[in-house]
Amino acid sequence: MKLYFKYLSIHFKSQMQYRTSFWLLSIGQFFIPFSIFVGLYFLFERFGQIKGWQFFEVALCFAVIHMAFSLSECFARGFDMFSSLVVKGEFDRLLVRPRSTFVQVLGSKFEFTRVGRLLQSVIVLVWALSNLPIEWSTIKAITLALMIVSGVFIFTGIYMLAATMCFWTVQGLEVASIFTDGGREMAQYPLNIYQKWVARFFTYVIPFGTVNYLPLQYILGKGDGNELIHMLTPVLGSLFILPCFLVWQFGVRHYRSTGS
Amino acid sequence: MKMYLAVLRLRLNMGMQYRAAALAGVATQFFWGFIIIMVFEAFYEHAAQTPPISLKELIQYIWLQQAFLVFVMMWFRDNELFDLITSGNIAYELCRPSGLYGFWYAKLLAQRLSSALLRCFPILIVAYLLPEPYNLEPPPSIWAFLLFLSALLLGLLLLVAISMFLYISVFITLSPMGSLLVFGVLSEFFAGLVIPVPLMPVWLQKIAYVLPFRWTADFPFRVYSGHIPEQDAIIGILVQLSYLTVLVWMGRKALNGVLKKVVVQGG
Repeated sequence: MKLYFKYLSIHFKSQMQYRTSFWLLSIGQFFIPFSIFVGLYFLFERFGQIKGWQFFEVALCFAVIHMAFSLSECFARGFDMFSSLVVKGEFDRLLVRPRSTFVQVLGSKFEFTRVGRLLQSVIVLVWALSNLPIEWSTIKAITLALMIVSGVFIFTGIYMLAATMCFWTVQGLEVASIFTDGGREMAQYPLNIYQKWVARFFTYVIPFGTVNYLPLQYILGKGDGNELIHMLTPVLGSLFILPCFLVWQFGVRHYRSTGS
Repeated sequence: MKMYLAVLRLRLNMGMQYRAAALAGVATQFFWGFIIIMVFEAFYEHAAQTPPISLKELIQYIWLQQAFLVFVMMWFRDNELFDLITSGNIAYELCRPSGLYGFWYAKLLAQRLSSALLRCFPILIVAYLLPEPYNLEPPPSIWAFLLFLSALLLGLLLLVAISMFLYISVFITLSPMGSLLVFGVLSEFFAGLVIPVPLMPVWLQKIAYVLPFRWTADFPFRVYSGHIPEQDAIIGILVQLSYLTVLVWMGRKALNGVLKKVVVQGG
């Protein structure tokens, strides 16, 4: 863990050497989801609601998933960019060090410019929360925090799976972006607006449903049933990372260097 | 002219090499198209007043958008050209006995064309075979189809002309990221990639109609679905032609302007 923070501070310092470039990129990262959000706003202006969900409720959903996405892109960038490590044969170097490969790959790259994206979703979050009539309680606050945290876990898990595939394919696969970019795009709306099979797939196989739709119902007072279960669904969702971790371990054992 | 065609053919062949990558892209775009259609389906279900474009027309719009995504995306770029400009290797390009504008234009055109040729047919074919209401339908008449084809081609030419400005701007800024972002976000928004142009609020539509971006993609797709009637489509094609002439003329001027000032350091 100490090593991880060491990596973190080194990368932060090195990216801060190019300060103007850093800020420009961050501002750019702000505007990409911003244009999507503007689109969302205009759609609601025209249609009013989507299957009974109001604008601010969907905005909350949007904010949570985009926050999770930007955090995971910032901290799990190492896995996202993993194919370059394999192609160049630099993964061999990581293997001979007496530390776990997980921490080292995680620490191989950070994208701090995602702070722009994060800022955008924080603004949306605050705006949505201040316009929603929610009776706050400690449990609800914890649920909201858990939603974001376990969202990060799920995205990281997908990055890990995609990275593991590189052990066999060497080149990174674009297909994985279905589940990262596509998952983000899809999960910014409550899952029940989609067809049943899509909603099921993204609840039980890749558990995006557990970080937005199910707990969101509880926070907004829409669902019925046990509070505790709703609070714990994000925790269940974050368990997704465990099988990903095992697959990663399996992949590392089967690694064959490219030799370059 | 013959030389430009040769560049075009060479680049087309090169682009065709990346078949596996294209297939992966097709899968992604399918998923994407489905998600967007389902979202709009949910929106339309309880729409208070009739939206300005029917769901059927919108589905055609989205599938065409996915099939011809490279005709819309500014992000689809040639890093080689950026490197040429920033590293100073542009000197080699200047030695060639051909106009730089035409040379690059042909190169960029071929890249987009080859990528689109690889991607569009699988998407279009599968989209035709999908069950109702998700399927892509043939256009209402043969005329609409012919108009669509010419509008699409002109749109592509127009997009390449716009993207040339992106490369020209790098001569001044020396870093592609900034201009890429501005061009990318603005053009994609006003080309109807985030939300289709007919669904934008009226004041925003007015802005979109003035800018050249919507003529690259939004216009041909709506001609296809019959949302834009044939008479209007012919006028639209004339607008595309005039935009193209103006933009190419301006692009040439701008490129010659920056080339005069270009300084190549040795090394």
